[in-house]
Amino acid sequence: MTAPVLENLKLDAEGFMTDPSQWTKEIAMEIARQEGIETLTDAHWNIIEFCRKVGQQSGKAPTLRQITEGAGVSTKELFALFPKGPAKKVAKISGLGKPEGCV
Amino acid sequence: MKTLLILGAGTGGTMAANRMAARLDPREWRIVVVDKDQNHYYQPGFLFLPFGVYRPSDVVKPKRKLLPSRVEVIFSDVEWIEPEKNKVSLANGASIQYDYLIVATGCDIAPEETPGMTDRWHENVFDFYTFEGACKLFAFFEKFQGGRVVLNVAEMPIKCPVAPLEFMFLADWYFTQRGIRNKVELTYATPLPGAFTKPTCSIMLAKVLERKNIHIIPEFNLMEVDNDKQVIRSYDEIEVPYDVFVTIPVNKGAEVMKRSGMGDSLNYIPTDKHTLQSEKFPNVFVIGDAGNVPASKAGSVAHFMLDILEANLLSHIQGEPMRARFDGHANCFIETGFDQAVLIDFNYEVEPLPGTFPLPGLGPFTLLGESRINHWGKLAFKWIYWNMLLRGIEIPLVHSHMSMRGKQSIPAKSVLSSAD
Ligand SMILES: Cc1cc2nc3c(=O)[nH]c(=O)nc-3n(C[C@H](O)[C@H](O)[C@H](O)COP(=O)(O)OP(=O)(O)OC[C@H]3O[C@@H](n4cnc5c(N)ncnc54)[C@H](O)[C@@H]3O)c2cc1C
Repeated sequence: MTAPVLENLKLDAEGFMTDPSQWTKEIAMEIARQEGIETLTDAHWNIIEFCRKVGQQSGKAPTLRQITEGAGVSTKELFALFPKGPAKKVAKISGLGKPEGCV
Repeated sequence: MKTLLILGAGTGGTMAANRMAARLDPREWRIVVVDKDQNHYYQPGFLFLPFGVYRPSDVVKPKRKLLPSRVEVIFSDVEWIEPEKNKVSLANGASIQYDYLIVATGCDIAPEETPGMTDRWHENVFDFYTFEGACKLFAFFEKFQGGRVVLNVAEMPIKCPVAPLEFMFLADWYFTQRGIRNKVELTYATPLPGAFTKPTCSIMLAKVLERKNIHIIPEFNLMEVDNDKQVIRSYDEIEVPYDVFVTIPVNKGAEVMKRSGMGDSLNYIPTDKHTLQSEKFPNVFVIGDAGNVPASKAGSVAHFMLDILEANLLSHIQGEPMRARFDGHANCFIETGFDQAVLIDFNYEVEPLPGTFPLPGLGPFTLLGESRINHWGKLAFKWIYWNMLLRGIEIPLVHSHMSMRGKQSIPAKSVLSSAD
């Protein structure tokens, strides 16, 4: 069952949003919950905002390295905030496509 | 006289030099190639060295012999590139002015990126992505009497993303042949959510792993190697114990790209994924692993890029629009051991599908399924590499753009589950 805020979202086969302009903070919070992150803290938002900015500029989701270098967090902190695959997870929550590193 | 400068004479640089030497008028164009290493290594052969299937002499040839005589070859490290000035400085003190630049410096492993990885490097921690690593692992395995073999990919992207799986399949075969498979535990820890990067293929390969009793630990993101405890540890503190650790360390482009302000955070050059032109410098083109295009980093991909690079470079020289577009085509044999292999053929948009290749129905190769002919194809690739690929010769029936001929366009998932 889809949560009401996620209705009418354009998604690809792996659940990444295909139209970043549909994104809202409410959507981010709901996707985060589905990914197992109950509450988004300031530290989370800091990274999400950085990824949104990169996405707007380049049209692509940033890679893990771009995030750690650009948002000023260590890889370890990033994994604590977004467990397992942080680059993928944060891209999904930020309404961006799948990061291109994964080929 | 104009100058075409090619940096790197590995797979991509060698074929670009051969192809452009045949296209550019020698009265107008000088072609210069620079590489730091006099030897050309057949890197796909590194996979077979640890298991004694190939000997070191099978995979090495002098670079000069693979390049046409009209090409000037300089063996030196590239120190510095100044694309605004069309100038390259070499470690031997020389500098070269160019009109067009082809970058083909590939990528290499960077074990120093992971804490603890180099502590007992080539003692109980090995790579097989270098000639030296693959040869040392052969010597180690010869004496190995059993224990835990752990293989890990530190971070994506890596070149030849199927090589780690092939390594595991061959290890299973090798230890079976030696009669000690029951004493060897094989574990593959990967940062990916499954066996491979593409979903359908991943399902297929997961089944092969299971059948061969190879354990897979998905979503394992390597933080450090702890050689006192003999464990690898992930960022979320999962520990995997090993007796011998085989690593695919972080892969990076050439350091000179960072130094020269041409690379991204992994030293890859921002490149237009369709034209293969540098995003920043119009007279710079990129072939092979050196660029950041979202295609697999593989020799077959460099080969498919060649036609596109040639066409666009020639158009650009003539001041015409660049019309050729690279589609991300990749074609990889995946050795699965016991004289079997799987073939996959895909591009930016189409993930590997089942079917036959290159001819519909006739094959002779099977897509996304194991067969003995595929294994012969994998072995024949060595001959094709040295004699056709590097010389820039087209391979009959295999085109630079991916073809849907012979592919079943129905979703492969249903095919696989019904074939169970
Ligand atoms: C174990 C393994 C198995 C593989 N299996 C397959 C396979 O089955 N099929 C397949 O298609 N591909 C396979 N590949 C991948 C394939 O080998 C590479 O993708 C391919 O070689 C890339 O070509 P390239 O020209 O971009 O780089 P390379 O062939 O690596 O060449 C780069 C060249 O640049 C030179 N260079 C780098 N930096 C400098 C510098 N600063 N100054 C001077 N020279 C420099 C290097 O000496 C080298 O000669 C495999 C790779 C490995 C490691």
